[in-house]
Amino acid sequence: MKLVTSYRMKRLQLLPKMGGRGYNHVVPCQGMSTPEFSLWIFLSSLLAGLLGSLTGLGGGVVIVPVLTVLFHIDIHYAIGASLVSVIATSSGAAATYVREGYSNIRIGMFLEIATTVGAIFGAWLTTRVPTHAIGIIFGVVLLYSAYASVRMKEHAHQSATPVGLAARLRLAGTFPGENGPQEYAAQRVPAGFSLMLLAGSLSGLLGIGSGAVKVLAMDQAMRLPFKVSTTTSNFMIGVTAAASAGIYLSRGYISPGLVMPVMLGVLGGSLVGSKILVRAEVKTLRIVFAVVIVALGLEMVINSVTGRL
Amino acid sequence: MQVTDQKLEIAIGRMLQTGVFLAAAVVLIGGILYLHQATGPRPDYSHFKGVAEALRSPVEILSGARHGDAPSIIQRGLLLLIATPIARVILAAVGFLFERDRLYFCISLIVLAVLLFSLLHAA
Repeated sequence: MKLVTSYRMKRLQLLPKMGGRGYNHVVPCQGMSTPEFSLWIFLSSLLAGLLGSLTGLGGGVVIVPVLTVLFHIDIHYAIGASLVSVIATSSGAAATYVREGYSNIRIGMFLEIATTVGAIFGAWLTTRVPTHAIGIIFGVVLLYSAYASVRMKEHAHQSATPVGLAARLRLAGTFPGENGPQEYAAQRVPAGFSLMLLAGSLSGLLGIGSGAVKVLAMDQAMRLPFKVSTTTSNFMIGVTAAASAGIYLSRGYISPGLVMPVMLGVLGGSLVGSKILVRAEVKTLRIVFAVVIVALGLEMVINSVTGRL
Repeated sequence: MQVTDQKLEIAIGRMLQTGVFLAAAVVLIGGILYLHQATGPRPDYSHFKGVAEALRSPVEILSGARHGDAPSIIQRGLLLLIATPIARVILAAVGFLFERDRLYFCISLIVLAVLLFSLLHAA
């Protein structure tokens, strides 16, 4: 709780216009003009995109709590704006990842069957699940993602020859190692596929890329090399999000006036973030940002439970 | 030219990047127009009402954008954005066809079918 309070204090200093009149009782920036409000949303999204890219969590998981907790925007509009931004960052980063030579187009495509079907199911769930439940699930996913981003360890690579389902589907490949190309093969394919169904459902329900669950499926369940998991996951995020985007659009979740500053901000922030990533020492940054994410996640759960979301 | 996975992925990566920058440019143009046209206090997003019907279906969005309606232009950019991953799956399917990889050609078609189902079913 102390953490949440100190974070809120910091926010009040950062965004003086929003907190002055008692933050939990008045809708923030209510009297603002549209350009002024859009500017605040844009700047926050820029920061969220930067954070999402530096922590490897993705912009979506950061921007939804920012929009709902800080700006009091209804969660349906927030997840609509987030989902669109997720497509932008995933596609925008694709060319950079491809050049490194780690991503595996076949493993990605095969697992996308699971994530897209899951995404449609998740998008269908958003109309069935009450708002406060979405908030609680979101908070829990946020907390897990923060934990995963700090704890994620590269396990030792073991070369393997594909057996069973992995052999029939040719879920194997090579990646550039220190001593030339190294071979790898997917293990426990059904477990990975099931986790991808879950990742897709969360993506459709919460409007996020759910990169953390995708990496969990590939890195932990299927025992793929860490770099292969993260870069292939980035590729999959856009396709997964596109599967629920049409449903969000037809339900009216995608509000142009709100999505415009969010999408441009998150995209810009994540592009800057990926440039910094190449140079900066990320370990400390990750821990610092994980604390911010935990604060947002806790606040989201608390707001949902007390019915303020 | 022989099609390899690496070449295919580079082509896909470039296509995705181009799609995103095009989409972002359209959204930016629509956004500038939107802010220029905006009057009075900002819209209220604290209660969900859903956006206007004209901004929900691809057909209506495209006809609205032709009349220079700012929200429709933004939505058109977003449609372009949603189309990029779908184009990626199509490009991959074509690539697998050239590689004579029937299994992955079929897997790509399944993914494409799921994506199109969600778009068409939603409309």
